[in-house]
Amino acid sequence: MAFRSAVITFPGSNCDRDMAVALEQVSGTAPLRVWHGDAELPEGLDFIALPGGFSYGDYLRSGAMAANSPIMREVIRAADRGVPVLGVCNGFQVLTEARLLPGALMRNASQHFICRTVGLKVENAQSLFTQGYDAGQKIQIPVAHHDGNYFADEETLDRLEGDGRVAFRYTENCNGSRRDIAGVLNKSGNVLGMMPHPERAVDAAHGGTDGIALFEGAMKALASA
Amino acid sequence: MKIRVLVSLKPGVLDPQGRAVHHALEGLGFKGVDDVRIGRTVELDVADETSDEALTEMCEKLLANTVIENYKIEKLG
Repeated sequence: MAFRSAVITFPGSNCDRDMAVALEQVSGTAPLRVWHGDAELPEGLDFIALPGGFSYGDYLRSGAMAANSPIMREVIRAADRGVPVLGVCNGFQVLTEARLLPGALMRNASQHFICRTVGLKVENAQSLFTQGYDAGQKIQIPVAHHDGNYFADEETLDRLEGDGRVAFRYTENCNGSRRDIAGVLNKSGNVLGMMPHPERAVDAAHGGTDGIALFEGAMKALASA
Repeated sequence: MKIRVLVSLKPGVLDPQGRAVHHALEGLGFKGVDDVRIGRTVELDVADETSDEALTEMCEKLLANTVIENYKIEKLG
């Protein structure tokens, strides 16, 4: 059965095409493209991706406006039903603002926009999104953000770590994130938010292919579910 | 009714912008500045019958991110 995925585009998204290309490359099926103002998601989705970019020009706070857009009500409903949702970069910011994930993404501690490939350690290789990797595996994935400094209170951080909900950590902290956190899962494990861009590491011409295992792993898991 | 909402970072939350501005003030030669923290002011013009509950909800749902920010609602009349 064809893999039925959707990429949501907000005004100001700029990695939606990259995400669509990566999903099509790995699954063989082009994802559906959904506009932020749409009131409904296509039926029977296997996977929803919230791409990177600067939705609504980062007005108020990164991701704050997009989190309240019409389509996000549907995304929240789908996530609650267990549909896998991946948010990358601005998509991660949207997921925290929508309260689908705990914490917040603040301005990088350095104040600088960072755009380079960073090392990540796979902390949890059992989740839907990370089972294509080995636990503790070191991978190289690009980041490109100004607001990637993950913050949550100590109690929340302890809970996230205790429940295995830290998916990825930076091998070298590039933005000030608490406990080097680069990606977190929701409680049920069907929502992943991460600042690094796996969709920018799926072709040798990108300079690396460490992102492929994320998409492939999720697809295999969903196919066998 | 004019409303002013002051949004500030919670104590303990690192404020890189505030730190940079602090550094710049020192660079300008101002002495005795111990700390700088940057917040946001949102001015609203709302119907007179708008309830306090509605204003609080606006802050909780959108104007502030309560994970990292506190807010204060001021009625300017």
